[in-house]
Amino acid sequence: MIVGTDILSMLLGGLAAGMVLFIVSVGLSVTMGLMGFVNLAHGAFAMLGGYVIVLTMRYWGIGFVPALALGFVVIAAVSIVFERLLYARLYRASELDQVLFTIGLVFFMIAAVTLIVGPENQQLMLPSWLQGQLDLGIVQYRTYSIFLIVVGSAIALGLWLGFERTRMGAQIRAAVDNRRMAESLGINIDRLFMLTFAFGSGMAAIGGGLGAEFIGLNPQYPLIYLVYFLIVVAVGGLGRVTGVFFAALIIGVLDFALKKYLPQGGTLFIYALAILLLLWRPQGLFGGKPT
Amino acid sequence: MIGKFILASALATVACLAQAQEVRIGVNLPYTGIGAELAQQIDRGMEQYLKLNPVKGYKITIVKRDVKDPSGGNARNVIQELLTQDKVDVLAGWVYSPNAIAAAPVVNAGKKLAVIMNAGTAHITQMSNYYVRTSFSMWHAGYTMGEAAAKNLKAKTAVVGFTDFPPGKDMLASFRRAFEASGGKVLDEIPMGSAGAVPDFTPFFQRAKDKKPDVFFVFVPAGDHSSAVVRTYGALGMRAAGIKLIGPGDITQDNKLQGMGSAAVGLVTMHHYHADLTNAENQRFVASWKKDYGADSTPDFMAVGGYDGMAAIAHAIRATKGKVDAEEALTALRGWKFASPRGPILIDPETRDIVMNQYLSEVIMKNGRLFQNTIATFENVKDACKALKIPPCK
Repeated sequence: MIVGTDILSMLLGGLAAGMVLFIVSVGLSVTMGLMGFVNLAHGAFAMLGGYVIVLTMRYWGIGFVPALALGFVVIAAVSIVFERLLYARLYRASELDQVLFTIGLVFFMIAAVTLIVGPENQQLMLPSWLQGQLDLGIVQYRTYSIFLIVVGSAIALGLWLGFERTRMGAQIRAAVDNRRMAESLGINIDRLFMLTFAFGSGMAAIGGGLGAEFIGLNPQYPLIYLVYFLIVVAVGGLGRVTGVFFAALIIGVLDFALKKYLPQGGTLFIYALAILLLLWRPQGLFGGKPT
Repeated sequence: MIGKFILASALATVACLAQAQEVRIGVNLPYTGIGAELAQQIDRGMEQYLKLNPVKGYKITIVKRDVKDPSGGNARNVIQELLTQDKVDVLAGWVYSPNAIAAAPVVNAGKKLAVIMNAGTAHITQMSNYYVRTSFSMWHAGYTMGEAAAKNLKAKTAVVGFTDFPPGKDMLASFRRAFEASGGKVLDEIPMGSAGAVPDFTPFFQRAKDKKPDVFFVFVPAGDHSSAVVRTYGALGMRAAGIKLIGPGDITQDNKLQGMGSAAVGLVTMHHYHADLTNAENQRFVASWKKDYGADSTPDFMAVGGYDGMAAIAHAIRATKGKVDAEEALTALRGWKFASPRGPILIDPETRDIVMNQYLSEVIMKNGRLFQNTIATFENVKDACKALKIPPCK
């Protein structure tokens, strides 16, 4: 019985971490799948969103849920500006140019946030209803982790329905599978991309805010977690919402379990695992044919 | 190189207008990246010493260089540049132990007094005869806490969680040795990620909770790590499970303490400084600090390392009449005593390491703010690693 609750609390902790990974990474997967654009600055939008959420809660006193919505809207709007002014110029550039540009943008944002807000970690102040422990009958666990699992599942379900059941979802899927064919059918890829880019950045912003409680929020955030976001996208496959969802949960739970039971290994295992997975299936666990 | 910059130069001007003799102090600190906040504490500590105790008759120029990260990779180059390009008379700084370890050969070759203002791995003062340490050794707090956990806190079992880098291993070894020598038993030792980034502590704390120890001794680098530790401890309900969180003062670092909220109440720490110490020197220091940097700003043990480091340099300057010849300066500093905000300190003539008090403190709520209440004082504590000659200490 002790072992049972042990494993259950490990699952809950890992799933909560996985949900944050999913919410941040899903936009990256879709935009990469759609345009083949390597946006290493995706985590920077998550960071900016986290700052909007944490700072508006602290200085304007707005609630956690409205702050999350505000973070989504602000960062989605900001990302449209970036997309039109900067990203749009590089769609036809080489991958090296794209990588150099986006990593440069990361350094720029790190420096800007350090200058304006400061180098220190920003603490998210959770509302009282999310603090403490929740008794689930079999096991007691931190309320916030359970909240994350519920919210993350709801978001995943919503995105899946949007992807599979709406016209725009169908357009995105078509464009991911065959961009030329989709274009020749009259789908406006530029507009589609702008919208998904904005939506993905907004999701990242929410992820930045939701994750701040236990993965922290400071100017180095986009670099520290970049590798995790990329692993999730690589394992999940490009442009696949369900793929990213399961990949994020698998990575979240495995990372948690390995840290809990084999802390001596540090982060080594998760990288080794990612290498093995990609050797076995270069297109990702859930990806289609390699392009 | 983009990262190579000099932040500031002339800091202190001197009363007498005749050309005062210039002393150049080369400071290496992580001015950017995760350690930027720690660098600011030490910078301000040095600034406060010079403000409260002006060094008359000498023009002190501080050359600041960014070492960026704890990897040790930049430290060698930075120290080399300070010595060869900036021609400094004294070296100072070192937040992270790996940087002090990596730089030791260059310090040896440079033959200048080198004052360590933070890095606490025990044996690094033995890597160069020019190192003098005004901060602490991990063994000061770790060893004393190991004894106090068994004797003062009456703990029988402990789990140790530590950040996986040299000072973390030092802290683990020192606590375990003293705790087990005092009759306690360490049930588990958990490495908890690297110093470079704050990990999610949940899996590690979950593991500790499952072992049900009397005390959970945690060492993480001061800074954002410590806030995350206290919040995770609170969120996982470990106090309700009867597990006391203890550690060196890094986990209740003063400038992070108020942000930790009520989860911090009841934490018990062992350290050589906290801002709530009541001695006159500390009251003067804290008052001046708050006046200069804002009422919400608080000095912490890093700031005191900088303050006392500058005090040591000032003593060396006066004793050598501004030449700061390394051998003479070291002779002057061996056995040097000073009334620091942390209480009386002494530089051990044998080891060039600091001898100081350790305070066992408990966090309580007082007048609506978190306050560190001193429970017990252990006087004139030496670095136990060197006293007991535990490898790699000699």
